[in-house]
Amino acid sequence: MMRDELKIRVVKGPDGVEFEVDPLRDYFCEAPPASHPPAYAKIVEDLFNWARSHSLWILGFGTGCGAIEMRPLMTPRFDAYRYGIAWRPTPRQANLLVISGYLSVKTLKRAIRAYEQMQNPKYVVGLGSCTINGGMYWDSYNTIKRLDDYLPVDLYITGCMPRPEALLQGFEDLKKLIRAGKAEGANQYAEKFEWYKANQKQVIHDWDMPDYNW
Amino acid sequence: MMRALHDRLKALFPLGELTEQRPDLAFLTVPREHLRSILLHLRDLEGFSHLVLLTAVDWLEEGDFQLTYLLSNRGKAVDLGLRVMIPRDGASMDSIHDIWPTAATYQRELREMFGIQFPDSPGVNDDFILEGWIDMPPYRRDFDTKAFSAATFKEREGRMTTDPEQHMKQQLYPDGA
Repeated sequence: MMRDELKIRVVKGPDGVEFEVDPLRDYFCEAPPASHPPAYAKIVEDLFNWARSHSLWILGFGTGCGAIEMRPLMTPRFDAYRYGIAWRPTPRQANLLVISGYLSVKTLKRAIRAYEQMQNPKYVVGLGSCTINGGMYWDSYNTIKRLDDYLPVDLYITGCMPRPEALLQGFEDLKKLIRAGKAEGANQYAEKFEWYKANQKQVIHDWDMPDYNW
Repeated sequence: MMRALHDRLKALFPLGELTEQRPDLAFLTVPREHLRSILLHLRDLEGFSHLVLLTAVDWLEEGDFQLTYLLSNRGKAVDLGLRVMIPRDGASMDSIHDIWPTAATYQRELREMFGIQFPDSPGVNDDFILEGWIDMPPYRRDFDTKAFSAATFKEREGRMTTDPEQHMKQQLYPDGA
């Protein structure tokens, strides 16, 4: 079932020595995610959270029509950068995953991989009706209907589609949640990891990737 | 102009019904066994050099699939669609990827979404849009999208649906005027 590039194979190095590569063991983590405990004193954790709230880096990964709203948001028209929100091209460099609209099962697979590759602390924002209850795709054969079964959502922004102003307001709300220590999605994902994996595998029938994508 | 083309084709091949939708767009039903020679004739002698699309319609009640090969004559800016009816049971059609390589992609999609087989078409059995699909091809009309969705994807409680007409009436004329 695993993809070919994940199967054990023998590789010949540039020095002519052949060696075995087991991608699941050599390239991916073998341990489930761990919950990140708060700092030793509340005042320190509050300081951390204050700092985290000012360091939001969005993964530039659009899943549905909502990705269109991110273009005016990251350009002069709405300019989210003035609120300290920036976009990054890779999961490793980002800590906020915006699921911008409907998620097909195929895209869900990529979203899970992207989310798991992001580093803690990380947050998920669900954008629009489709991520909340399926929206206009409620009877579609290929889109999930509630995002929080598959990824830990810290904040939903309603609308179909939400305007860029709503996103800016949503980001401000997310900052408040982070400062209050309530944006604990990543820890929740680690604690209920088995539950999330079971939900994910229930809809993704060709599970051909590692369980721990980091 | 489409009439003239139809007359020229009629002299050469047995043809079905001609539907003239616009002066520059017509549809023509052709028998399955002559499709290939008609396509080659249109491409090489009539200037229909471009395959715009290849798509299917599910005539569930008649037990047929209709394949539509839409061709374009770029020079004269006219489009001609060729309709081919094939039986729905064990649906299979000859591949035309050697006439237009792009047809392979359309055939791959039709195999996945309608379950129409195109033997010899390159990569036709690879996943196209769906991954890990386990049910019947979803574009077939007897596939119940709503039931599949309800059985597969969990719903959130509290979602409600209103009839748009009644809702707008209530919004605009709350007194029932």
